[in-house]
Amino acid sequence: MFTVGIVGVLTRRNAIVVFMCIELMLNSANLTLITYSSYLGDVAGQLFVFFVMSVAAAEAAVGLAIIIAIYRNKLTVNIDEINILKW
Amino acid sequence: MTIEIVLFILFGSICAVSAVLMITRPNPVLSALFLVLNFCSLAGLYLTLNAQFIAVAQVIVYAGAIMVFFLFVIMLLNPEKEKRFFEQKAKLRIFIIAIVALVLVQIVYIIFLSRPSEVITREVARSVETGTVENIGREMFTNYILPFEAAGYLLLAATIGALVLAKKKFE
Repeated sequence: MFTVGIVGVLTRRNAIVVFMCIELMLNSANLTLITYSSYLGDVAGQLFVFFVMSVAAAEAAVGLAIIIAIYRNKLTVNIDEINILKW
Repeated sequence: MTIEIVLFILFGSICAVSAVLMITRPNPVLSALFLVLNFCSLAGLYLTLNAQFIAVAQVIVYAGAIMVFFLFVIMLLNPEKEKRFFEQKAKLRIFIIAIVALVLVQIVYIIFLSRPSEVITREVARSVETGTVENIGREMFTNYILPFEAAGYLLLAATIGALVLAKKKFE
């Protein structure tokens, strides 16, 4: 699933879909943490997953706000055409 | 075959198939809906692993809040058609395939190299204990109180930041 996420990030040219693929990668890491937490009987892994979830929510909010701001300026969400960080 | 293995195979295959479908759909709305399916089956996997609290949080936070947010932005921006992968530059394409193959080989290598250690012996009773809301809450408000507060501040900062970024320019 992590690999599928990487494929998505690298091949898709739509910034929103790229964001969704990042969420997919975060979730695959979460699944690993939960599995080890369950098999080791340790609660720390599940707490980590909780914190990853809150960080992912914050990241999604800020990222989508940035996408909206870029769209307002450039009228596109295609990441090949967004080159305003180039000097 | 126990019911647990059947459920694991069912949810795992739904998870994998929906992930692949998600990155191959050209329509962003469709890929968002496949991502919702992926998150729901992931919550099922968490339940088979005795992580009840995280499974419920997964459905509420991811499949509910975050994905509604994504769909909202997709509808708002209504993006144009994008180029297919194979119409892009050849050099870029080779680079992408190399990176993906490298990561995949690493993951498969680690999975097949690692042998079951003696520490990871399944203790079902203990595993059922750890996933409960009571246990997680107790741990979170004693040993992990500092990260918890930090996460709260992070969410506050993200809310304000998102508002400032997304609103119209003001004088």
